[in-house]
Amino acid sequence: MTMDAALPAAEALPPVERRTLKKFVRNRAAVVGATIVIVFLAMAIFAPLISPFDPAQTNFRLVRKAPDALHWFGTDEIGRDVLARVIFGARASLLAGCISVLVALAVGVPLGLVAGYLGGWYDMVISRCTDALLSIPFLILAIALAAFLGPSLTNAMLAIGIAATPFIIRLTRGQTLAVRTEDYVEGARAVGVPRLRIALRYILPNIAAPILVQATLIVAQAIIAEASLSFLGLGQQPPAPSWGSMLNTAKNYMEQAPWMAIWPGVAIFLAVLGFNLMGDGLRDALDPRDV
Amino acid sequence: MSALLEARGLRRYFRSKPHPFAAERVVHAVDGVDLAVAQGETLAIVGESGCGKSTLGRLLLRLIEPDSGTVTFDGQPVTGIAETALRPLRAGMQMIFQDPFASLNPRYRVSEIIGEPIIVHRLAGPRERNARIAELLKVVGLSPEHAGRYPHEFSGGQRQRIGIARALASNPRLIIGDEPVSALDVSIQAQVVNLLEELKARFRLTLIFISHDLSVVRHVSDRVAVMYLGEIVESGPTDALYETPLHPYTQALLRAIPVRDPALRRPHALLGGDVPSASRPPPGCRFHTRCPHARARCREEAPRLEAIGENRLVACHFAREIANAGASAAPPQREAPKRAGRLALYRAAAARIADSG
Repeated sequence: MTMDAALPAAEALPPVERRTLKKFVRNRAAVVGATIVIVFLAMAIFAPLISPFDPAQTNFRLVRKAPDALHWFGTDEIGRDVLARVIFGARASLLAGCISVLVALAVGVPLGLVAGYLGGWYDMVISRCTDALLSIPFLILAIALAAFLGPSLTNAMLAIGIAATPFIIRLTRGQTLAVRTEDYVEGARAVGVPRLRIALRYILPNIAAPILVQATLIVAQAIIAEASLSFLGLGQQPPAPSWGSMLNTAKNYMEQAPWMAIWPGVAIFLAVLGFNLMGDGLRDALDPRDV
Repeated sequence: MSALLEARGLRRYFRSKPHPFAAERVVHAVDGVDLAVAQGETLAIVGESGCGKSTLGRLLLRLIEPDSGTVTFDGQPVTGIAETALRPLRAGMQMIFQDPFASLNPRYRVSEIIGEPIIVHRLAGPRERNARIAELLKVVGLSPEHAGRYPHEFSGGQRQRIGIARALASNPRLIIGDEPVSALDVSIQAQVVNLLEELKARFRLTLIFISHDLSVVRHVSDRVAVMYLGEIVESGPTDALYETPLHPYTQALLRAIPVRDPALRRPHALLGGDVPSASRPPPGCRFHTRCPHARARCREEAPRLEAIGENRLVACHFAREIANAGASAAPPQREAPKRAGRLALYRAAAARIADSG
């Protein structure tokens, strides 16, 4: 068939409006979350510029000093400045949180999509392996993997990422199964859309919201897991600080020097809150249905 | 008349998942259907819910795999070839879905929804594509300004128009409408039905119209096939079939259409009982459990589709005897006056727009 050639020269379609950013900015909680995350990121990147002291400098005349005008957050059990360590600790903790989640997403989302969308043997193999990994507690698995890979921050991030992957696989697979039977997916097949394009443009955008939320929750878990690995000597190597390793030492001095635990704790709390708020905001902003 | 789409012995059973404490259930969704659709005709497939008409529509486009049987489109096989080999053929045969709220990707803008078939089948470059999208939007009665919006911003009728524009985008020759208007308000139904008819004439389309709404079917179709429990029990030209239904099931179906004019109403001799389960279809003629004319032979021997009269097929052992009774049993069907009026109004309006444009 041919369209009437006599039709007036096709007028241009209206310019595409970019609403995602606008919607994100209008969401106050999301902006707060993004601000927190950006502040922490800046802190991590510019740590040497803003830190008042060297985070590894010990001083035996200043052991477990309460916060004062010079050491705002106090000092730790060997006289290191807690503020400096919190600032430098942001590097290890944020890296551990973000990189491990990116690893988990990079591995887990494609596997989950394949299992859910192709089904059959692919699903059998992927799902059984996932179940096997899920039968091992998250932290134990991370510790085992980190021990196997050798002690370093990079290996700790990898280990945490792999340990978190089965959660992403299972979530992605379940969501894919739900979306796969939607009419619009069948409609895409009727049009002749190739399978890869269906997976990437029909299924992935429609399952992104729960995965995104799960990912922000895993960021929090990963920061805490990094703390545990550091405690065992498998994560950040002393004397370089991370919030988790600071907490772990601080728990021995909870009564004498609570500031040692409070500040890294507050930092973890704020970072996790920031990621969660930002994740929620992203989810809403990416959904065209919600105005 | 050559067949554009032809199906032979199409069969699809759905099996329940094996379960240690439950017997396997096999639903005979489509059970040996032969069908031929001529170029340019509108074939309606009717039947009550669960009779397999939607499954049949999906089998014809091979959205689900048949257990056995073949489909050919324009002489080329649709079944038995790889999905990738089928893809180019898909441009020629499109589908319009029942639920306009579920059949459009909520993450796509209208321009992407309509533009995608053009991209996938490489029908036009980016600039030409935009022109085509704008044109298609106008063809279905929307405006090019709508291209940047998302489906959720539209009403049901508008969404169905978007679905129709998407179906048209790849220059198809055949469109299968799976209950394309039954999810819409009655007033919108008439508009969409008229739009389909108009597009059919304009682009010389062949339509397969799957529906349970017998009055809409009468209005749009040239030929009707009646399905019962996965089989076609009768087919024929629309007017002949509505005036003298041959199969007792068709007769009962037509008698169930509400009649507006009290003078034409007759006592309802509706069917007793329910549709038997499609997982345990009755032996012999599948309709014998509810048929007012059933005899011993019907319980044992399944009737085959036989030609009776011109272009008519019926699967009933006693069709010839029943036909006489059936003719008098079916009331003369008249189009409901309000609906006829509405359709006429729309047609007049469409003609005016066409003239001025």
